[in-house]
Amino acid sequence: MQHTFIEILRRALDEELAHDAAVHLLGEDVAAGGAFGVTRGLAEKHGAARVRNTPISEAAITGLATGAALCGLKPVLEIMFIDFATLSMDCLVNQTAKYRYMSGGQLAVPLVVRTQAGAAGGAAAQHSQSLEAWFIHVPGLIVVAPSTPAEAYGLLKSAIRLGEPVLFIEHKRLYTMKEELPQDAELLPIGRARIARPGTDVTVIAYSAMVQTALEAAQTLADAGISAEVIDLRTLLPLDMAAIAASVSKTHRVLVAHEAVLNGGVGAEIAARIGSELFDELDAAVLRVGCGFAPIPFAPELERALLPGSADLVHAARRLMGKG
Amino acid sequence: MRRAGSSLVTEPTLADWTEMYGALWRIRLFEGQVQRLAAAGEIPGFPHLSTGQEAVAVGICTQLEREDVLFTSHRGHGHVLAKGSDIEATFAEILGRRTGLCGGRGGSMHLVDATQGVLGATGVVAGNLALAAGAAWAAQAQGRRDISVVFFGDGATGAGAFHETLNLAALWRLPVLFVCENNGYAEFTSREEHSNVKHVSSFAAPYGIATQTIDGNDLPTVFGAARDAIEILRRGAGPYLLECMTFRLAGHYVGDAQQYRSKEELAAMREKCPIERLKRHLLERGVAQQELEAVAEHTKKEVLRAVERALAAPRPDPATVLEFVYRAPALAAIPG
Repeated sequence: MQHTFIEILRRALDEELAHDAAVHLLGEDVAAGGAFGVTRGLAEKHGAARVRNTPISEAAITGLATGAALCGLKPVLEIMFIDFATLSMDCLVNQTAKYRYMSGGQLAVPLVVRTQAGAAGGAAAQHSQSLEAWFIHVPGLIVVAPSTPAEAYGLLKSAIRLGEPVLFIEHKRLYTMKEELPQDAELLPIGRARIARPGTDVTVIAYSAMVQTALEAAQTLADAGISAEVIDLRTLLPLDMAAIAASVSKTHRVLVAHEAVLNGGVGAEIAARIGSELFDELDAAVLRVGCGFAPIPFAPELERALLPGSADLVHAARRLMGKG
Repeated sequence: MRRAGSSLVTEPTLADWTEMYGALWRIRLFEGQVQRLAAAGEIPGFPHLSTGQEAVAVGICTQLEREDVLFTSHRGHGHVLAKGSDIEATFAEILGRRTGLCGGRGGSMHLVDATQGVLGATGVVAGNLALAAGAAWAAQAQGRRDISVVFFGDGATGAGAFHETLNLAALWRLPVLFVCENNGYAEFTSREEHSNVKHVSSFAAPYGIATQTIDGNDLPTVFGAARDAIEILRRGAGPYLLECMTFRLAGHYVGDAQQYRSKEELAAMREKCPIERLKRHLLERGVAQQELEAVAEHTKKEVLRAVERALAAPRPDPATVLEFVYRAPALAAIPG
């Protein structure tokens, strides 16, 4: 039987609440299920003390979760939209990420901050952003961005057990995606990318919902005789450079695709790393596809016009192959 | 404080007060050494001294169990020492030495000593309030009776996090003691220029938080108020906001010329020095002048010895600079 991304996240949280008494969920509206229903029914099942509503106070609840993580809990904090994580930034950047280091290894922050990002359905400029690049700049954080329901299941469970502060970014466009998840589905490793589709001519590196876009593009390219390998990064910090290197040494051509703008983005980091570490493997300059450099607009026509789609990826891949 | 083999002292004897007199001196002398060595260029960064505010640290921390956790601000040396951290390791951290509490990675503004429940100082004003509430939540959720204490200055009340945390702590009845050291200045600017709200304790009422404004330079007053507040927290009837009116005899940081304060103002503050006040109090109650001098002298030797040893301690090995970003060894090699 198939389940949506939301249902599968709920199963992961449900299982982790049952697995470890230290796990607690908190966030705005989470006891009632949260804005997207991810935590629906969990307060009833695990008790209101373990699935707690908070006031709309992102700064305080991020600090609260961090302090609790220092003292024996394993909180899973929901920040409803990544756009609101701007209000959590002081704590996440100045405290949460640095605690292990500043204390010389005395303390750790086993905290997962689940948040939801990306553009879809006219959520407009303050509920649609892809801000992941802000966080990969911070030593001490782990940043995870799953691409499918089953991936989200295995990665979320691992994130909760990791013992480090993890920003877990869910894409709202994936929430309705359905997949089957076996009863004995396994945990997935943090920090390891996967090959979402093998290929030989060009490597397309993506994460989150863009993996689905890349898979569509790969199918179109296959029809045109170009074999694209799609790498799903899963984890943006740390980057799995070994997986990237293995693919690049096979295809010698790389396209990095993400929904975030290109300036200072994850793609910029990957392109720079490939340029300095794998230059001899390249047959063409690394290309990037991302969002146009503007806030996400409201009107559907404008939103579509700004966001990168599979046609943009196909076009870039053809250019890499000298067929543009 | 605790007498050998007994529970925490709640009704101090003259001997206990005399011991606390030594604790005040310990902080004063420790920070005197910080000032001296910072001026001499031996201490990196810009340490902030609590000179003149020692009674708040001693009056409160003396009544905490080791398991109770403490969070503090950029002006936290006194709180850390009063909670029980080793003088030498604390000084070594401020010097940036390998033997420091955090191996030289934290420094004056980021002291952590987990073994003593010192969960950290922060350089961001109001940055630790919510963490302290979180620690209190963890204790509550796990059915422990520990409490959490956070020290902050009056400047922190301008931050949204202060109000957010007060609301949340009251809503969840968290066992957290908010201690505001109201020294009248937020960095270089007087409280009058920061806010129309004269007393920080005024912020407690709308949230339904028990509060008191006290003379923070009178050790017995601080001790009594803290004992009552802690008793409320242990009963699960927290949180509590204790506003301690005090004075910062030092500048905002070592090197601050304090041109924003008049000589007369500073002279008036010195009159209210908590050490002098406790001394007068103890002399009135019959403690011999000589005994108090001996306590101060003994403490001076203790501090100077610790400082000497800290100065002789090895510096950190630069080859270890990437350790502790993540848990070793699995994620230690994560490239930035």
